[in-house]
Amino acid sequence: MTTILAVDDSASMRQMVSFALKSAGYEVVEAADGVEALDKAKSQQFNLVITDVNMPNMDGIELIRKLRELDIYKYTPLLMLTTESAMEKKSEGKQAGATGWIVKPFDPEQLVATIKKVL
Amino acid sequence: MAIDMTQFLQTFYEESFEGLEIMEAELLNLDGGDASEDTINTIFRAAHSIKGGAGTFGLQEIAAFTHVMETLLDEVRDGKRDLCTDLINLLLRSADCVKAMMAASRDEEEYDVDEVESVQKSLRALIDNKTDTTAPTTPDADPAKGKVESSEVSYKISFIPLPNLLQTGNDPARLFNELDELGKLTIDVDHDAMPELVDLPVDECTLSWTLTLVTTEQPEVIRAVFDWVSDECELTISCDENEQPEPEQENATVESKEPSTTKVEPKPKEKSDKVKEQGSIRVGIDKVDSLINLVGELVITQSMLGQLGKDFAVERLEKLKDGLSQLERNTRELQENVMSIRMLPISFAFNRFPRLVHDLNQQLGKKIELKMTGEHTELDKTVLEKIVDPLVHLVRNSVDHGIETPAVRLKQGKPEIGTVELKAYHKGGSIIIEIRDDGAGLDTDRIHAKAVERGLIGSDEVLSEEQVYDLIFRPGFSTTEVVSDVSGRGVGMDVVKRNIRALSGVVDVKSVKNKGTIFTIRLPLTLAIMDGQLIQIGGHTYIIPLISIIESLQIKKELVNTITARASVYKLREDYIEIVPLYKIFGIEAMQTEIINGLLVVVEGDGKKVGLLVDDLLDQQQVVIKSLETNYKKVEGISGATILGDGTVAMILDIQGLIELAHRYEKIDDIKNNVSEVA
Amino acid sequence: MSIAQVVDKETSIDNNEDGNQFLSFFMADEEYGIDILRVQEIRGWDSVTKIPNTPDYIKGVINIRGTIVPIIDLRLKFKTDSAIYDKTTVVIVVGVKTDGKTRTMGMVVDAVSDVYSITQEQIKEAPNFGSVVKTEFVQGLATIDEKMLILLEIDMLLNSDDLSVINTAEKTD
Repeated sequence: MTTILAVDDSASMRQMVSFALKSAGYEVVEAADGVEALDKAKSQQFNLVITDVNMPNMDGIELIRKLRELDIYKYTPLLMLTTESAMEKKSEGKQAGATGWIVKPFDPEQLVATIKKVL
Repeated sequence: MAIDMTQFLQTFYEESFEGLEIMEAELLNLDGGDASEDTINTIFRAAHSIKGGAGTFGLQEIAAFTHVMETLLDEVRDGKRDLCTDLINLLLRSADCVKAMMAASRDEEEYDVDEVESVQKSLRALIDNKTDTTAPTTPDADPAKGKVESSEVSYKISFIPLPNLLQTGNDPARLFNELDELGKLTIDVDHDAMPELVDLPVDECTLSWTLTLVTTEQPEVIRAVFDWVSDECELTISCDENEQPEPEQENATVESKEPSTTKVEPKPKEKSDKVKEQGSIRVGIDKVDSLINLVGELVITQSMLGQLGKDFAVERLEKLKDGLSQLERNTRELQENVMSIRMLPISFAFNRFPRLVHDLNQQLGKKIELKMTGEHTELDKTVLEKIVDPLVHLVRNSVDHGIETPAVRLKQGKPEIGTVELKAYHKGGSIIIEIRDDGAGLDTDRIHAKAVERGLIGSDEVLSEEQVYDLIFRPGFSTTEVVSDVSGRGVGMDVVKRNIRALSGVVDVKSVKNKGTIFTIRLPLTLAIMDGQLIQIGGHTYIIPLISIIESLQIKKELVNTITARASVYKLREDYIEIVPLYKIFGIEAMQTEIINGLLVVVEGDGKKVGLLVDDLLDQQQVVIKSLETNYKKVEGISGATILGDGTVAMILDIQGLIELAHRYEKIDDIKNNVSEVA
Repeated sequence: MSIAQVVDKETSIDNNEDGNQFLSFFMADEEYGIDILRVQEIRGWDSVTKIPNTPDYIKGVINIRGTIVPIIDLRLKFKTDSAIYDKTTVVIVVGVKTDGKTRTMGMVVDAVSDVYSITQEQIKEAPNFGSVVKTEFVQGLATIDEKMLILLEIDMLLNSDDLSVINTAEKTD
């Protein structure tokens, strides 16, 4: 079973991402911020992590940096959800070790198509 | 895969309104003070999340609007722009606009387009004015959507990954697969740079590739495939056919600069299935878990009792008693837990006041500081929702009528800045909310004069201070000479009082001239369950809300004074209180018709104390309040009914209503007496 | 006539081509009928909790599975000669439509009698006859086997006067 960790501080986004991925047959675990996500990621190996960038407590970029430092996430696809205007965030994310990004707004089909590419 | 996005809208609306509240609160915090990075980040994040969600869930107008807000806030965050008072006010207005748009979308109604456009214009003007960052005004769509059909072209792609490409979880094979989907792909590997096997590092990419792709797609689409790895490779895409190489070193993060005018906006959803406001409550997982645990215990108790009931013998009576007391405990805990789900902190009602006071200050040229304490005090959701309007009215009133202008305050030797304090706390089984100001206080002479003018009292009527204060709650009373925009909205204090009474609450006022005024609201914790005192009159059982009872006492003959045939008073220490013979008012037969043999339950309603004459006091117990109006109608003197342990119904007394009823009863007598005197 | 029978007939009402079914009951030796679809249950007379300051025909309220239901003694309402409470005295619990919502109320009558199918043709307009019930509460008269049945309009009946949902207690002071 392919398990994905979906991280977003917005409940509606989380619901949508999670619903779309579950409909596509993935197992999904949700987290509301970087701290919660990191905790969950440490206790369970995920095949992919998809995270929002702007979040309280720990933002998405910091999360990606922390995850990459972990041995079990060295090669795991780590995607960020970012908005078109946050161009510099993309490179910041890349430097932190992000595999790629999905530009908001996106629809569930786009999301699943992108995930399928990396898994 | 078609996913109905409307299913997420309800959550989105909820969290967006929450986000807007937070944004507003933080903006108001900033007012005048220095902006910390955290505060600005919080404000930014709220706008950002709403924008992202709105775009995703098809609310394009909101997305476009919040985008402009976000751009501005981004500049503030980067230190390119100061958060001056004007900008804060503009952002507050913007938040209002977003709220209005959001509510309009949720309720499928119209919003004030002019206001939104005007605010948006002001926001844009600010952005254009100060910076050269031209931000796109609408979210970009996926570049792939602007695809134009064209003939097949063969591209030569040189792809030289940097060694660290693998360390971001990217994989050349994935890229090639993706390219393969675009057309016919041929791959040539160049492994010159690959070290000897023994030196081969596992996490470095030492290979490079030359790819040939025959496709109808535009070069941008090919480049988009490498988008994620553009920092970790050298990429050259050249066009074989028309000999026009496109040597674009994709080493920078520059994306296709075309503003893509052909982009297709995801069509805004047609008026979707109405997302009704179902009045949902968000409940913490811990509360749900504890409920489940309690139900678990209940099930255990039930099966234990069931077992006991199967073959019961008298010697197992102890066990049965144990079981029943366990059942009682389970039930009580379950009830407390269920009730706690309906409880929300009063901050939900309080959080609008900083904004209100801020706006009123500007509007009225006053300087007022708002202090709030006890925001975490919890009360029932229904009560909370219904107390908001009365509170708003009282706070407006304090700001408008209570606090003087800075000039007047200085002249009186008061601090220039006035204070309005909102305070909430638990006391007994009630919630107390105080609205306190250090303003001018109530002007008893003016109130008295006004009441005479309005015909509420006779000109020679002498009233105690308390009675004068009570006048402001009478219908048709208003002390402002000029009907101001702020508190003279045609809604008087009588409505405030009525609304609070409808919640089984009471409001009273205390005031000292030139020192200030305190309004105190007392509310029950919940409308569903109440602590009651069971009393008996004749064969009938009634319930008096415990909250109204001051004391119960055995009547002493010498303390009773008969005023008229129908009215008597009782001397209670320094006070004289009216005796209300319930049996007469309700027209029932009582055991004790002689006052001197009865029990007196002293209750308070509407600031008045009266003594209810009853036959007997029974238990005190919690009762579940049921409405009489569901199947019947409102009955004077009765606030509802409940079902007792034996399955019978008992009426719950409405103390305020009873006092009115009693007064009318006495008056009838006066009239009769007068008539007989005349005759 | 058991409750089970009533319910049974109610469920088969859709297929009934003979017209509507009516539950009949006695008051002061006259037989009345009400639309059976309005009947929720029939229960024996039991003690009630009195509501203060209400007319005598409003007996009070009872608890039916957690809801507070007012009980009206139709016999007192229509000022029949006797309103005795014995073992045949029953309460017919009905749904009354007012302002788009249904209220549940109980009517005390002497006894329930039968269920009849009555077609529209069988129903005649009520003349101003000498019954205790005012004509405005009467939907019509039906004759069955030489017997006359007075069909009552319960929405009108239980919404009139003191039962009106419009709160007459609105004070003017």
